[in-house]
Amino acid sequence: MIDVCNLSKAFGNHLVLDGINERIEKGEKVVVVGPSGSGKSTFLRCLNLLEQPTGGEIIFEGQNITDPKTNINLLRRKMGMVFQQFNLFPHLSVKKNITLAPVTLGLCSQREADEKAMTLLERISLVDKAEAYPRQLSGGQQQRIAIVRALAMNPEVMLFDEPTSALDPEMVGEVLEVMRELARDGMTMVVVTHEMGFAREAATRVLFMDEGQIKEQAPPDQFFSSPQHPRLKEFLHKVL
Amino acid sequence: MMKFLYGIWDAFYYSFLEADRWKFYLVGLKNTLFMAGVACVIGVAIGMVLAILKVSIQASPAVRPRGTSFLGWWLIRLGGWFANLYTTVIRGTPVLVQLLILYFGVFKTAPKEYALLVAGLSFGINSGAYVCEIIRAGIQSVEKGQTEAGRSLGLNSRQTMRLVVLPQAIKNILPTLFNEFITLLKETSVAGYIALTDLTRAGDVVRSRVWNITPLIISGLIYLILVILLTKLQGVLERRLGASDRRL
Repeated sequence: MIDVCNLSKAFGNHLVLDGINERIEKGEKVVVVGPSGSGKSTFLRCLNLLEQPTGGEIIFEGQNITDPKTNINLLRRKMGMVFQQFNLFPHLSVKKNITLAPVTLGLCSQREADEKAMTLLERISLVDKAEAYPRQLSGGQQQRIAIVRALAMNPEVMLFDEPTSALDPEMVGEVLEVMRELARDGMTMVVVTHEMGFAREAATRVLFMDEGQIKEQAPPDQFFSSPQHPRLKEFLHKVL
Repeated sequence: MMKFLYGIWDAFYYSFLEADRWKFYLVGLKNTLFMAGVACVIGVAIGMVLAILKVSIQASPAVRPRGTSFLGWWLIRLGGWFANLYTTVIRGTPVLVQLLILYFGVFKTAPKEYALLVAGLSFGINSGAYVCEIIRAGIQSVEKGQTEAGRSLGLNSRQTMRLVVLPQAIKNILPTLFNEFITLLKETSVAGYIALTDLTRAGDVVRSRVWNITPLIISGLIYLILVILLTKLQGVLERRLGASDRRL
């Protein structure tokens, strides 16, 4: 589904991604872990071109998204993204947040979008917050809404950029629960996170990134029980 | 006490009611409002365009990135460069000098009936430079994450600007923008230099008849009332836009 070839990204002279090769299949749940500054967020943000790569190629469903002639807006519709800081639109109600993109892009009528929004809100038990504004909600509620806002576009893959890092500890669980459910439903997911528990139980594959490279990758059992790379051993020793 | 009040009434009578002098103020008020209105519309229009040019050039990297057209990239560069030149020159020279140049130079041959319009245009051109900076700062005060969220949902840059960034920017823009409108309203008082009867000029004409400063105080009071009304309007708009700020 997503093919990454020799991807690199430099900010000035600082090389953040150093020749990444990776292939993500449909239905996979890939969790990316690594120390801060290892380039994992940048890698994720390159996948939907929020960061412009400085080298290499990314092929999404046969289309080269790094090709200047590709219409990135069309491809982004198929790639949902969830941010660390939620980034809900504070001037719009919860329902409007969810319906804004599908209606603006002419994918469905306002009425259809509203119905879909209510169904999605039901899934995360926040129907009663449909008319509320983001600032009136807790961080956990905002992040769950941010997830369904992305789902309203019917994406084929969901990208999560440290979705629980800005949350109070007691709200992490409710967000992870929504993500687990999404994983069970078969969504293709790429998740950058520090939640090792989530990686262990929901991932089909875990990647370890350091110094802009993928140093090791394995299914979760193997990844956590018998790490090979010394840097990964050290990392797991510290976080577990 | 009575004598004092009587004195005030007397001054007011001779400066306002005697010989229908209030009509002067009325004409002045009408012209002031006309010029300020025209300038306001032109100023916001110019400011908006320049601000978007400035924001675009600051968002666009110095080296043309892959995926952008050569022409588009250069147009943004050129537009941004022009916007910078505009704000530098307009903010760097007095509004009165600009008015005189426009009236006695550029529109030298325009019929006298258009003097008000020329003045309004001149004040609008001036105001546009300030409004540009106000809007630019307002747009840039909206978090980058908002743009990223909009773009990640598939909205293009224009849709994101219109539906996500600008509505939030307006809340930050409004107070400073009204400040600019208030300044603009009072700045029109230099129109007397091109022989227009604005509110200030009207007061001054009456002063030359009655030989005291009461007419100028009357003019001043009218400005004050207008500014108070503008401030009230600002309050109403701010409250309306603040709906999403309310917490439970």
